[in-house]
Amino acid sequence: MRYVARLAGQAGVFTAFFLCWEALVDGLRIKPVILPAPTLIFSTMAKNWSYLLDNTWPTLFAVTGGFVLAAAFGFVIAVGIAYSRWISEMTYPFLVAAQVLPKVALAPLFLIWFGFGLTPKVVIAALIAFFPIVINTARGLGSVEPELIQYMHSLGASWREVFFKISLPWALPYIFASFRISITLAVVGAVVGEFISSDNGLGYVINYANASLDTDVMFGGIFALSALGVILFLIVVLVERMVLSWHVAVEGIPETM
Amino acid sequence: MPTVPHIVIEDLTVQYRVKDNTVLALEGVSIDVPPRSFVGIVGPSGCGKTTLLKVLSGVLKATRGRVLIDGRLIEKSDLSGKIGHIFQRPLLLPWRTALGNVLLTTEIASKEISQRDRVADARRWLSLTGLAGFEDRLPHELSGGMQQRVSLCRALAFRPPILLMDEPFAALDEITREAMQEELLRLWSATESTVIFVTHSISEAVLLSERVIVMTVRPGRVDEIIDVPFSRPRGEELRGSPRFTELVQHIRHKLRGVPGELRAAS
Repeated sequence: MRYVARLAGQAGVFTAFFLCWEALVDGLRIKPVILPAPTLIFSTMAKNWSYLLDNTWPTLFAVTGGFVLAAAFGFVIAVGIAYSRWISEMTYPFLVAAQVLPKVALAPLFLIWFGFGLTPKVVIAALIAFFPIVINTARGLGSVEPELIQYMHSLGASWREVFFKISLPWALPYIFASFRISITLAVVGAVVGEFISSDNGLGYVINYANASLDTDVMFGGIFALSALGVILFLIVVLVERMVLSWHVAVEGIPETM
Repeated sequence: MPTVPHIVIEDLTVQYRVKDNTVLALEGVSIDVPPRSFVGIVGPSGCGKTTLLKVLSGVLKATRGRVLIDGRLIEKSDLSGKIGHIFQRPLLLPWRTALGNVLLTTEIASKEISQRDRVADARRWLSLTGLAGFEDRLPHELSGGMQQRVSLCRALAFRPPILLMDEPFAALDEITREAMQEELLRLWSATESTVIFVTHSISEAVLLSERVIVMTVRPGRVDEIIDVPFSRPRGEELRGSPRFTELVQHIRHKLRGVPGELRAAS
């Protein structure tokens, strides 16, 4: 019952937001070119649903591609950082500098390097999603109780046994926390890529509609994009709950960001 | 099953560096631990108890002196799979059930035993410690005392000849602690292990041990070695007896640096 009440409240916030928006546009007679009313946006989306859907797939592809790349490379580098003091000391300043750098600023460069199409989108998405995964995974692997690891070694455990029985499961809550952050960052990366060098995807839809002052289509693209982001985020949370049911039970429902 | 070794610690000195200072953690510590004995090490915080356990488990190297096991110098490889640890905190794996946590040590140290037998054995240990029915609970669903029991089962399950216990009951409330002490004695009498038990509770050391090593602080030195005369099984009656209280008092005075009345009288 409490769950239903909470869900109703959350839906209520969305409804209230759109109602205020609608009233504002009506009351102040704002032109649709400046700010279309939500009803207009939704009807535009309904009219152009196949156009939006066709352009959702390339974005989805770029986001998941970038995310998977980031997770794979991030994991490998995090293992290096967690287990080698030398690697950790050598790479940390570089990683911090690279993280501070706004990756979006590199996007025009990628147009020159990778040309037009999927590659630059995936690369930007991966680059933005990469750092939280590296840092969290390394921290998770480094947070295992050292006494427990010594114990395992004293029992004659191999490196692999310690890693798979202790360290990796121990780090999983940290890893999933970074996945939740990174999946949304990957969406940002993919869209930036589409702004700059693409002829498909939701980022392209927004950019193209902007140029032709089709503000309602632009908003349609934005809404579709946030729906995509929310769905991807929920998939990560769902997988997390399945894999880490013990951790959810201990820590409660994970905070969203 | 491996035979229970005879541990001899000779003139053990351990120094380590903390920033620019060298800290003398242990100095000239000599302890004889006969096979199947229960040795309690008692002393204030900072007397090098934990350092001693680390040397025994091969994690830390002696600066001077040596540790002999059955007359041979210890090597890390000799100790492999022979030491069960019980820490101050249970240190269970939160994603494994009670049963899964007990199985952890045998999965690694007793690979020659079939999975079925290991599970049966782990269940037996859990029921011996009163945890029958809790096999499938996750650690966070168990109380602190129950978690420490699981940790005890985990250490006993692979039948190590040596058990190192580092203030295992310090974090428990008094009632649970007393119950655990008696349980440990019961379990120990059923095993063949030599136990080295570090604590800062004097009564705990006296109740459990055959031999109590009283240590002083900074540097950690052996102040006195006391052979505890009480017969086993020891339990509730002993705790209240005057002889028990006297011995505890004696050690307390020793640790405080006050000349013991007992010794003055004798």
